[in-house]
Amino acid sequence: MKTPLVVTRRMTEHPADSHTIERYEATGGYSQAKRALGMTREQLVEEVKTSGLLGRGGAAFSTGLKWSFLAEERPSYVVINADESEPGTFKDRQLMERDPHQMVEGTIITAVANQAHLAFIYVRGEYAKPARRVQKAIEEAYAKGYLGSGIFGSDYELDMVVHLGAGAYICGEETALINSLEGVRGEPRLKPPYFPAAKGLYMKPTIVNNVETVSNLPHILAMGAEGYATLTPSEDSGTFLMSLSGHVARPGNYELHHGITWRELIYETGGGIPDGRELKAWIPGGASAPWFVPDRHLDLEITKEATNAAGSMLGSGAIIVVDDTTCMVRATERIVRFFAHESCGQCTPCREGTTWLEQVLRRIEDGMGRPVDLALMLDVSDGISVGLDWPPKMTTICPLGPSAISPILALRDYFSDEVQEHVRLGGCPFREVRAHA
Amino acid sequence: MTHPRPESHTPDPGFRERSIWSKETQERAARIVARYPLRRSAVMPLLYLAMREEGYLTDEGMEEVSRWCGITPAQVYAVASFYTMYKREPVGRYLISCCTSISCMLLGSDEVMHSIEESSGVPHGETDEEGLVSVEHAECIGACGGAPALQVNYELIEGVTPEKARDLVQWLRAARPEVLDGDEMQQLFGTRRSFDWAIREEEGAIGPYPAFGPLGTVGES
Ligand SMILES: Cc1cc2nc3c(=O)[nH]c(=O)nc-3n(C[C@H](O)[C@H](O)[C@H](O)COP(=O)(O)O)c2cc1C
Ligand code: SF4
Ligand code: FES
Repeated sequence: MKTPLVVTRRMTEHPADSHTIERYEATGGYSQAKRALGMTREQLVEEVKTSGLLGRGGAAFSTGLKWSFLAEERPSYVVINADESEPGTFKDRQLMERDPHQMVEGTIITAVANQAHLAFIYVRGEYAKPARRVQKAIEEAYAKGYLGSGIFGSDYELDMVVHLGAGAYICGEETALINSLEGVRGEPRLKPPYFPAAKGLYMKPTIVNNVETVSNLPHILAMGAEGYATLTPSEDSGTFLMSLSGHVARPGNYELHHGITWRELIYETGGGIPDGRELKAWIPGGASAPWFVPDRHLDLEITKEATNAAGSMLGSGAIIVVDDTTCMVRATERIVRFFAHESCGQCTPCREGTTWLEQVLRRIEDGMGRPVDLALMLDVSDGISVGLDWPPKMTTICPLGPSAISPILALRDYFSDEVQEHVRLGGCPFREVRAHA
Repeated sequence: MTHPRPESHTPDPGFRERSIWSKETQERAARIVARYPLRRSAVMPLLYLAMREEGYLTDEGMEEVSRWCGITPAQVYAVASFYTMYKREPVGRYLISCCTSISCMLLGSDEVMHSIEESSGVPHGETDEEGLVSVEHAECIGACGGAPALQVNYELIEGVTPEKARDLVQWLRAARPEVLDGDEMQQLFGTRRSFDWAIREEEGAIGPYPAFGPLGTVGES
């Protein structure tokens, strides 16, 4: 089945001007935000629950359910998470650059449903251009009376503010993001008690949703919850943006439905592995997710359940593919380096553990590894997440620490020979291969 | 585990008379502060403004921000030091940030980074003598479909090769553009992109901080 396009339809059909308010309105835009103003909070929450919409920021939690947890205290706030920084992920950037009004309308719907009068769009600092596009869209919406006081001729007041991050991956974690917005260091808060829906921004009830999540909302209202839930044959409602990168012939963002196999995604959508090389492994859901390998996982269905059951996750929807010329020690080092660099430093196992792992990996890659290094890395990893289980056990305030060990698990499960080969040779067996590739 | 309560005090009335910022920047700062329910929340955009005024974050700049936010300079410093984009040392007019995260690494980012360092003579984290070009390696900049990718003053170039990266360095030094135009740079030095950019922009970066209207950092080309 070919996936019906939802969030990328406008930019596909009208590439030259999908970002303008004229095109947006000419293709039905803002009619659903207006409709939402005539609905009660209960109706909106119910509609989104029934649609089966799952959050697209990484945790795949039911959006309707999250909204239903909003505590009674007011004011409440809405924060859109546009901090997209998980290595491999570039879908929210496309949504913001190419169809910013769709996100703005989704944000209005989220605010109305959660009775918020102020919404922040937290855009990572490096996304200057997407931030400009969103800012322009917001200014156009103000000029039309879709934001500000008395939106769409109602008596509802809603302001929307773009807030730029400044280069810290951890601020994508929702409680760190809230701290960052409050003007303190972007360190995650302990949950419980600081669940945003109860004690969020300024300790008030707050809904944090991802860009892609809210971009779906106008469509859910337009086609009805049932229509959205049955749009695709998959048990996971709706469509998903998947960011394909690495060693594939056709990298890019693809709007697909769940239920296809990894083989279809990598070989049909992605066009396979370039230059006649072989598929070695891939990451199914951003750098935080444990790796998959062809022997075991190629014919697995891409669904939330099946992926979790196989010991990984669909996370942020980023698929990173590597071919057989890739050194897994080097790939692992690069991912662990990321987490070591981005650790906020609050929890000792994460702060010390990630740095230690990075050093051991570098030493193995540089030919100074010792036979016990793999066991040492597993031991350090166990200190970050006891039992090395899936889903990982938490000894830390947030899941960043436990994410860092995902690629180490792949070394243990599929590539331990490759690690030992580095130690035996006193260097990287792939150096030569790469030099001639 | 308690969480630091956001607090901010109303600034003392005369603080604007002592401001080290231009009138125009003060106007911007006032508009930015007004966007938030709590003054303290404006600390991040105001830090960008301070960078724009002086090229990087000086102690005086951070003190100025602290007065606008009603917090102590130490509290401002704690925020500034948390983020990589707030530069507390002088940086060049052009900041080249080369992604070396996993997807870019797989497609040759280390060679691109090497080429930048070699052709500019500037290693990671440093600036040339003239104060024109700074070089750093960056973690994923959300352009993995167009890997390897880099940014100059946070304007993106996708599908960079070591040769094109060298040309970019030479071009920056020779042409010294006032405003960096992302579309132009992509055309000159990029190849494959993550997706079709589709629309030409009129705006660009004027310094080593994100070009974003409300911060007053967008130039007209
Ligand atoms: C370390 C870490 C980084 C995260 N980064 C992001 C991010 O960049 N963007 C995002 O939308 N969610 C990110 N999340 C997930 C958010 O905490 C949160 O679950 C999400 O924004 C909720 O929105 P959703 O329900 O619409 O997915 C991150 C989580 C963790 C633990
Ligand atoms: S796990 Fe790491 S990133 Fe998360 S709060 Fe602890 S130290 Fe910070
Ligand atoms: S890994 Fe380089 S842009 Fe994502």
